[in-house]
Amino acid sequence: MSFTEDQITRYSRHILLPEVGGKGQKKISQAKVFVVGAGGLGSPVALYLAAAGIGTIGLIDSDVVDMSNLQRQVLHHTPDVGRSKVLSAKAKIQAINPDVKVETHEARFTAENALELITPYDIVIDGVDNFPAKFLINDACYFADKPLVHGGILRFEGRVFSIIPKKSACYRCIFKEPPPPGLVPSCQEAGIIGVVAGIIGTIQATEALKIILGIGQPLTDRILDFDAQKTAFREIKTKRNPKCKLCGDNPEITKLFEHEQEVCQLRTPGTVGVT
Amino acid sequence: MQVTINGKSEDLQAGNVMEVLKHKEVDPHMVAVELNTQIVERDQLEATQVKDGDKLEFLFFMGGGR
Repeated sequence: MSFTEDQITRYSRHILLPEVGGKGQKKISQAKVFVVGAGGLGSPVALYLAAAGIGTIGLIDSDVVDMSNLQRQVLHHTPDVGRSKVLSAKAKIQAINPDVKVETHEARFTAENALELITPYDIVIDGVDNFPAKFLINDACYFADKPLVHGGILRFEGRVFSIIPKKSACYRCIFKEPPPPGLVPSCQEAGIIGVVAGIIGTIQATEALKIILGIGQPLTDRILDFDAQKTAFREIKTKRNPKCKLCGDNPEITKLFEHEQEVCQLRTPGTVGVT
Repeated sequence: MQVTINGKSEDLQAGNVMEVLKHKEVDPHMVAVELNTQIVERDQLEATQVKDGDKLEFLFFMGGGR
């Protein structure tokens, strides 16, 4: 595959980078990235990966655009309210870069469809808003052996790290299972400053590009936490947990399943801990 | 003893991880605890002693994304 003159111009700032070059840009244009959730995190991920010239972007989301999404979900514009999120997303991606093939799934990501959906892709991005789905994505990537870029946001904070299954610590190595229902609020309940989704999602896109290009140091075995109020990043070193129920020495999880969906309820005041 | 909790040095009385969590008013169900980069299993929080110079990380759940 060779680039057209327009494509060489479009990707010239990438091609100029010795770490990317024409060869790297070709890798990008042949890469397939699956994004679970076309919302706060999925928006910057999809927009930047589209601009970068990723070959195929897969998107799954069962939701329609709501007015309350527009404060942070920059894939969706005011006239999109009421429209399917994946279709709204596809239109923006193709407007940015018609080179990108977009595969949309207006559905929920479930234990039944997860493996079939991610198998054709090279990398998976977590852009979901609940714990059962985050654990399901983690487990599915382990079984399908796909690199995963995890992301999480809440209030003024965000977290991001990459997982290379069987090589680096997985989400379950650290967090085991979802917190008891009602203890940890969602963005819907607790709020989220919109820009944090942009910061964390953009780092997720960066990680995806680095993994595709095979450059730099991946964000594996270290968790990156961001605090927007302090404008501070903190890196927490971690490692694979031999007692992990998924990827440890004596795994108990041998097939995909879904944790029960948490009941929407705010945690009781006064239980908020250290910062 | 001097212990680093989430990057901040703190002067604490000797105790186990569960006692440190209680002292910091952190519900143990809301965090994953790492002691010197090693995850402490939830059923080991009381059995795990914190020593002078240890580095503790309380990783709060962050479940949002949309």
